[in-house]
Amino acid sequence: MIEALRLMVLTRTFDEKATAMQRQGRFGTFSSVRGQEASVVGCSFALDPQKDWLAPQYRELPALIRHGYPIENFALYFMGNPRGGAIPENVNMLPLQISLAAQIPQATGVAWGLKLQGSDGVVVTFFGDGASSEGDVHESMNLAGVTKAPVIFFLQNNGWAISTPRKNQTAARSFAERALGYGIHGVTVDGNDLLAVHQVTEEAVARARAGEGATLIESVTYRTGAHNTADDPSRYIDQAELDEWVKKDPIERVENYLRAKGVWDDATAQAMRDECAAEIDEAMTKARAVPLAGPEALFDHVYVDPPARMEQQRTAWIERTAGA
Amino acid sequence: MSEKTMIEAIRECMRQEMEADDKIVVIGEDVGKLGGVFRATDGLQAQFGDQRVVDMPLAEGVIIGSGIGLAISGLRPIIELQFLGFGHQAFHQIGQQVARLRFRSQGRHSLPLVIRSPYGGGVRTPELHSDAFEAYYTHTPGLKVVAPASAYDAKGLLAEAIAGDDPVLFLEPLKGYRLVKDEVPDERYRIPLGKLRVMREGTDVTLIAWSAASVMVNQAAEELAAQGISAEVLDLRSLTPLDIDGIAASVAKTGRVAVIQEAPLTGGFASEIIATIQEECFYSLQAPILRITAPDTPYPLGGVEDYFVPDAARVVAEVAALMSESA
Repeated sequence: MIEALRLMVLTRTFDEKATAMQRQGRFGTFSSVRGQEASVVGCSFALDPQKDWLAPQYRELPALIRHGYPIENFALYFMGNPRGGAIPENVNMLPLQISLAAQIPQATGVAWGLKLQGSDGVVVTFFGDGASSEGDVHESMNLAGVTKAPVIFFLQNNGWAISTPRKNQTAARSFAERALGYGIHGVTVDGNDLLAVHQVTEEAVARARAGEGATLIESVTYRTGAHNTADDPSRYIDQAELDEWVKKDPIERVENYLRAKGVWDDATAQAMRDECAAEIDEAMTKARAVPLAGPEALFDHVYVDPPARMEQQRTAWIERTAGA
Repeated sequence: MSEKTMIEAIRECMRQEMEADDKIVVIGEDVGKLGGVFRATDGLQAQFGDQRVVDMPLAEGVIIGSGIGLAISGLRPIIELQFLGFGHQAFHQIGQQVARLRFRSQGRHSLPLVIRSPYGGGVRTPELHSDAFEAYYTHTPGLKVVAPASAYDAKGLLAEAIAGDDPVLFLEPLKGYRLVKDEVPDERYRIPLGKLRVMREGTDVTLIAWSAASVMVNQAAEELAAQGISAEVLDLRSLTPLDIDGIAASVAKTGRVAVIQEAPLTGGFASEIIATIQEECFYSLQAPILRITAPDTPYPLGGVEDYFVPDAARVVAEVAALMSESA
C-alpha cells in the first residue's frame, strides 16, 4: 500500500512540476491525473507488467510508470520530442492515445490475440466518460463479448469531457450497466478508494485469466485539475461540486487510513514527498538533456521498408536543415 | 502453372501463405463458412479452423482496430474489408491508427497486416459499395497501396504484402475477380512492390493505369494500334511505393502520356502521377498530359455506372485526339 501511495504522490509531484514548467514555457500542453490517482494506481497494481498489457489514453501516468515506461519519455513526448514515444522492448504497452477511444479496438485485438496464442495475459484500456460516447467503444465491447477477449475496459468517469458534463454524455444511470448489453461483466467502483479499485480490478483480471472474458469497470472519480494546461475550468466547473471532491482527495484518503493504522506520520509523509520530488527532478533533468530530434525524426519509423521517394525526401530534408 | 481467375489466385495465395505461417489469421465479414461475398476465402475456414478464419461482427472500425491489436500481439492478420466503400466506417482506424502506429511508437510496434478490399466498380453493386478511393490512402504516409490487374500479379503481390512488416492496403478489382484469368504458377512466389509492369510496348504514347482500368486500357491500346497509334501500356501494380523510374523511362521514349483512373478527377492519384512526370521528365513531353477519369460526382447507382467509369471507347477517342493535336 505504501508502494501504491508512493506512486500516487510521485505523479502528483510530476503534475505539479510539469504544470509549473508549462507556465514557464519549458513544457508542452499535457493532462494531469490529479484527483484520479487512486483510480489509476488501484487498477495498475492488479496487473502483472511481465505479461499484461496497457492501452492507455493520455491521463494515466502512474500506470505507465508501473508498467516500466520511463517518466522521462512521458516528459519528452509532452515537450514535443517524438523520441518520447519510444516504448522499451520489454514494456507491454500501446502508444499514448490522443484520438479518443481509438485505442480500445486495438486493446481488444491485443487481448484476443494473446488468447489465440495461448497466453493468459490480459489487457487494460483506459478511457473516460467522454470517450465512452465514441463508436469504437460500442464496437469493441461487442467484439470482446463475442470473442471472450481478456480485456478490461477501465472507464474513468471523472465527471467531465473538457467542459462537457457527464449528463451530456449519456442518459443512462450508469456506464457499467452497458456491460449487460454486450454479454460482458460490468461493475461500478468508488474510484477514489484505492483498495476498492484494486479489488475490482483483481477480480476482473482473474476472470479474464480464467477465460471468462471482458469486464467493464466504471471507476467513479473526479478530475480536480483542468482538462489540460490549456484549459480554464473556471468557465464551466461547479465550484461547490469541485470543493466536495477535493475533500475526497485520494492521496489524503490513503494517508488518513495509514495514520489511523499508526504507520504514517508527518515525517514519513514529508520524506516520501522529498524522495518523489528528487525523482521527478531527475527525470525532468534527464528529459531536458535529450537534444531535440532533428529532421530525420520526421522519417524514422514510418515504415519498416520505406518507399524510395520518402528516402529521397529524408536526404533532402536533412541536407536542407544542415545548410540552413 | 495453370490458368486461374484473379479470385482463385488470391485464394490460393492466402491458403499457401497460411500453410507456411501459422501466425497468419484471416478476419472479416462473412469470410468463414460463406468464404467471403466474393469467395476469396472459400474453404479456408474448413482447412484452418474458426480461430484462424474468423467471421467478425459487422463493424468495420473494430475489424481494422482489432486487427491492429492482433498484429501487436504477434499475429499477422489478413483483414478483408467487404467493400472499399465500407472503408469510410473504418477510416479513422486505417488513416490515423494503422498508418501511424509504428511511427508513434518509434518503431516498437510494426504492423504486419494486409487489408484486402474489392476496389472500383463495373459490376452493378448496390449503392455505396463500389468506389475508387485509393487517393485517400496514397495520401496517408505509413501505408502501402497495391492494386494488381492480373491474376499472376495478384498472387505474387499479395504474398509480398503478407510477408512484409508494413501495413498494406491491397485493392482487388471487383470487375476482375472472375473476368481476369491468366497463367498463375501453382507454387508460391513473390513480386516486389514498386515495380510496374509494361503490359504492352509502344512508341507513340504512354497509357498509365492500375487495377481493372489497366485491362481496359490494354484493350483500348489494341484498337489504337488498328488506327496506327503505338501505345505503351503501364500497369502500375503498386501506387505506394510508386515506380517513378519505370514511368520516366516510358515517357522519355514516347513523349506523350494519358493517365486513366476509375476515380473522380479532382485530387485523384492520376494528378500525382502527372505532377511527378512534369518534375521528372518535363523536357521529354511533346503534348500536355491527358487525364481520363470519372467525373467529380459520387459513384452512381449501377444502372448508370457505365457513364461514370471510363471505358475503352473513351480512351481510344481521347488518345487519338491527343495524337492528332500534337502530331
